[in-house]
Amino acid sequence: MNTDYNLDHLDELEAESIYVIREVAAQFERPAILFSGGKDSIVVTHLAAKAFAPARIPMPLVHIDTGHNFPETLAFRDELVDRLGVRLIVGSVQQTIDDGLVKEETGVHASRNRLQTTTLLNTIEEHAFDACIGGARRDEEKARAKERFFSHRDDFGQWDPKNQRPELWNLFNGKHRPGEHFRVFPLNNWTELDIWNYITREQIDLPSLYFAHERECIVRGTTILAHSAYLNLKPDERPVTMQVRFRTLGDLTITGAIESDADTLEKITAEVAATRITERGGRMDDKRSSSAMEDRKKEGYF
Amino acid sequence: MSSQPTTNSLLRFTTAGSVDDGKSTLIGRLLHDSKSIFEDQLAAVTASSAQKGLEHADLSLLTDGLRAEREQGITIDVAYRYFATPKRKFIIADTPGHIQYTRNMVTGASTADLAIILVDARHGLLEQTHRHSFIASMLGIKHVVVCVNKMDLVDWSEERFREIVSAYRSFSSRLDIPDIKFIPISALLGDNVVDASEHMPWHTGGSLLNHLEEVFVASDRNLQDCRFPVQSVIRPQIDEARDFRGYAGRIASGVFKPGDDVTILPSGMTSRIREIRLGNKVLAKAFPPLSVTLLLEDDVDVSRGDMIVREHNQPTSTQDLDTRLCWLSDEPMNPAARYILRHTCTEAKAIIKKVHYKLDINTLHREEEFDQIAMNDIVRVHIRLSTPILVDDYRENRTTGSFILVDPHSGLTVAAGVLNL
Repeated sequence: MNTDYNLDHLDELEAESIYVIREVAAQFERPAILFSGGKDSIVVTHLAAKAFAPARIPMPLVHIDTGHNFPETLAFRDELVDRLGVRLIVGSVQQTIDDGLVKEETGVHASRNRLQTTTLLNTIEEHAFDACIGGARRDEEKARAKERFFSHRDDFGQWDPKNQRPELWNLFNGKHRPGEHFRVFPLNNWTELDIWNYITREQIDLPSLYFAHERECIVRGTTILAHSAYLNLKPDERPVTMQVRFRTLGDLTITGAIESDADTLEKITAEVAATRITERGGRMDDKRSSSAMEDRKKEGYF
Repeated sequence: MSSQPTTNSLLRFTTAGSVDDGKSTLIGRLLHDSKSIFEDQLAAVTASSAQKGLEHADLSLLTDGLRAEREQGITIDVAYRYFATPKRKFIIADTPGHIQYTRNMVTGASTADLAIILVDARHGLLEQTHRHSFIASMLGIKHVVVCVNKMDLVDWSEERFREIVSAYRSFSSRLDIPDIKFIPISALLGDNVVDASEHMPWHTGGSLLNHLEEVFVASDRNLQDCRFPVQSVIRPQIDEARDFRGYAGRIASGVFKPGDDVTILPSGMTSRIREIRLGNKVLAKAFPPLSVTLLLEDDVDVSRGDMIVREHNQPTSTQDLDTRLCWLSDEPMNPAARYILRHTCTEAKAIIKKVHYKLDINTLHREEEFDQIAMNDIVRVHIRLSTPILVDDYRENRTTGSFILVDPHSGLTVAAGVLNL
């Protein structure tokens, strides 16, 4: 922060996000933070810790566990929850499958990405959450450019892009009827580069997957996937050892790695600044169609 | 890394334009020429353009999001775009140009420091130019850039540009916009958007991006009147901080320092600031728009919705608002209804006692005869509240001078108000 009255854009973004997170705690009875283990939800958690310090974060972290997570993500999650003294609630996609509510996809492109939505909505209903804070950003994908900070969901958890509440100034309207809930996005105005600059500035801990490391990979078209027991291989696919890192963390089956030597926050930030492909460009889930994200959001996806 | 912004300021601006005046193309051009478009985004746009039989990548496709818009080819909601140059980070509130225009423009303008108003060089000022400018003025935007677009279609004529500048100046003298800049551009060809135009050497005022990078907006912040709306009280239930009691909020205006004597409203009790915190860090001072936690010397009763101010500089406490309102909802105003008014961190019940007039925002004429108040209408009303709220004039303070009305049954936000005391 400067000594005069000028603020750097990260200070402004931080102030806005903290305001939004505090507003959730004030306006809702049963809020939660959706925690994926990815850098964006880690930044949200960091901001929440700042917003309420020295008190603990007054809402639980909710993790939707697909069963296909990187083990590093789960270890990181448990350590963070322990350090912050915050409650963790896990919704299990495996349980949703075992209960017969959804069916596992098959084939080489099978993933549990879409199945998560059912588990997420069930978890929200079971715990009667009326607001779920997520780490999504408007710059991530076209369908998100119009997302509100307080995004209304009907009692089926659905998002109606044509009927969103106008959002003016910093006046957030969380009025809802029983059964309805809100998704709240404090990082709406951040870009990927802002996130990395902020992580570097605040020295926020991240899962090791974000840093360059050697790993057995499957190269599928232009996408590099981590080799794992959950990935269905094509007959001609063979794992190769590569120096990679991940720009986003989703499931093992869909998260594309990039070849990289960036093994420090500074090097990663420099790499992100210079890169010419969007971070979701490596996500198989978005490539299904040009409105893949919009369709999943309407159903109640993150 | 050296060319990337790490410690620079933020500029929020809004763009206003109608269907054909090239607004999407201008934004696409800004994003493209400032190298904020990623390869995969550009590839998607190039593919869509080819599918439509276009020769060049249609940059306007970069900024249209939802499927309904893709089908109808129009923008129906405010969309936010981001780009950065080595000098600044920018947030664009891209507001659409059709029937829901007023509502969207008001929304986009509410958080903007600057507005870009597009004028088609062939058509000159239109009703919508007046409308956009009026809304920018009403929403307290202090910086307007009038981009005279499609200069390529008027032969890059300086004379035509001067005519439009002079017409706009004479019209805008009725508005409250202190800083107006005029730039002749061609969004399609890129002239004066990012790089200076070779076709218009007569324009020496620099490109649009130059201006956006340089325009000084920090002085627009109110550092005089101390206003701290209390968002919540922080009382940790943990052993390490058993006696801690902090007041969380975002500074609306003014500068707060430890040792300052303060008054808590509405109770009127006084105390002194002991400490200001951001997370676990202690600050020497705090000013807008920081979100901080204030600790006071005395154990006074403070709760959400209260306001911490200075004794000799207080907001107005009132139960009656004479205010401008923009109606945002599909449902017309119901004169018999009770609405909920949200202001800073408080709420009150509200009744609209009287509609003084409806404003024709194209002509600025006041209509005293009307059937109903519907979406996009701008009206002057008298609102009576169930309890007093603490307000300032909107021109002095955007936070304490603004409010929204909420329908208690549907929960929808139905109107937005700006207070001119």
